[in-house]
Amino acid sequence: MPLANQDSKAQTNHVSLLDMIGPVMVGPSSSHTAGACRLAFLALHTLEEPPKRVEFGLHGSFAKTGHGHGTHLALAAGVLGMKPDDPRLPQALELAKSQGMGIEFKNLELGDVHPNTVRITLENHSERVQVTGSSLGGGVVKIWNIEGFEVRVTGSAPTLLIRNVDTPGVIARVARVIADDEVNIAYLSCARQKRGEEAMMSIEIDKPLSEISLKYLASLHYILWVRLLPQVMD
Amino acid sequence: MPLTLNALAQLGGLASEHLLKEDLEETGQPRATVLATMAERLAVMRASIQQGLKNSAPSVAGMVGWNAKTLWEAPDLLSSPLTRRVQAYAMAVNEENARMGRIVAAPTAGSAGTVPGALIGVADHLHIPDEKLLMPLVLAAGIGKIISRQIYIAGSSGGCQNEIGSSAAMAAAAVTELLGGTPEACVHAAALALQNTLGLVCDPVGGFVEVPCVMRNGFYSVHAVTSAEQALAGIRSVIPPDEVILAMAGIGRLLPLELRETGEGGLADTPTGRALAAKARDNK
Ligand code: SF4
Repeated sequence: MPLANQDSKAQTNHVSLLDMIGPVMVGPSSSHTAGACRLAFLALHTLEEPPKRVEFGLHGSFAKTGHGHGTHLALAAGVLGMKPDDPRLPQALELAKSQGMGIEFKNLELGDVHPNTVRITLENHSERVQVTGSSLGGGVVKIWNIEGFEVRVTGSAPTLLIRNVDTPGVIARVARVIADDEVNIAYLSCARQKRGEEAMMSIEIDKPLSEISLKYLASLHYILWVRLLPQVMD
Repeated sequence: MPLTLNALAQLGGLASEHLLKEDLEETGQPRATVLATMAERLAVMRASIQQGLKNSAPSVAGMVGWNAKTLWEAPDLLSSPLTRRVQAYAMAVNEENARMGRIVAAPTAGSAGTVPGALIGVADHLHIPDEKLLMPLVLAAGIGKIISRQIYIAGSSGGCQNEIGSSAAMAAAAVTELLGGTPEACVHAAALALQNTLGLVCDPVGGFVEVPCVMRNGFYSVHAVTSAEQALAGIRSVIPPDEVILAMAGIGRLLPLELRETGEGGLADTPTGRALAAKARDNK
């Protein structure tokens, strides 16, 4: 799988005032607890149905100091749909168990990526998705790889993920549907693995798309899958 | 072009107003929403201070939990109620954090005590009401935003200077504005705070945000007040504020991995640090 190296220079340009005094969260670490929870929460929404089994591959500082920071609890909380200020966060692993969700952790070496990086593999009876993201500090996060495609999901706005066949005109069609919903595009990226094969778009929009537009997009023959990831930043 | 520290220092009016205006343009959020959210966060900060000052239950790894209360209740031998209050408030927040309590990251959880310690501590000392703290909090956030354009605000990225250094700079600017400082004074308070945290390593024992983090917030909340005092008196940073941030970024890149939140260097790598880490792991 090609690993998107995350931009080491550009740093965190998408932060707002409320990210700097905030979030309100359960301790002890904004990057290892709150950020981890947000990454897992975003990853949860790449599946249509909740996962039955989740594997967290921890890289760098997540692997080394995660236990001390409640990273494991926070990741489990995220895939259970909790936000970083959820008072149940410290009990997340027991909660997952009681709901029959299998959660596993292992350490990974992903090379020259941000030290707080996790690769999350989520599975249920019908789907399996692999998501890689980093917690950049202060609770700010970025998912930068999904299923081997380079993406940019920051959770600072709702983000549409579209997996499609790489044919001419797809981007224009998708943009048209979004425009017809009177929704603005804040950021769009498109990555393909090989010409003419599959591609993935990540489109940050300023408000969620209507149910009907999502259904319409999913029904197009060159679109394989559509997901709407929620905003997680305040 | 987003505002830089140097550019902000040239402006008139309130520093916080300029940064708020910029943020509202970027996010499209209404002013009232941002201020209302800030007010909620201020309330959470206050609640965590109150909790932390009376709670002496040990933290997750058991290395801290009682220090804020101990200091708060100790006799004031130096007759310095301001520094006492500021430190105790900061440590109270971080001990709540270390117990997995509810806090406001400012800008991170490990450095969550510095801004409320300095800002709320000074305000309480001078009997300034809470509504006067919202714009200084906005300024603190805005200073954090400017810093975060150059570095990742995380100990794992550039050491503790990135976290506590940022929080101290944010707090210093906030206290300066609270006490009537111009944008220039606020920016220089931030720069003075920042340049005197350069090189601070991140070496938490066992990887827990406890030692040195809790007491460190106490220390650097006072440091922020010192920076504000100097800037309000008219002292200016010789190195232009934006260059101080660049210096910090450069130092962060030079710091070895062991001193960036891996729990493998510094205090974490002392015989006692290692023994405490092993003990905490066994308790899990
Ligand atoms: S030592 Fe590290 S973990 Fe502790 S406050 Fe500083 S940056 Fe955060």
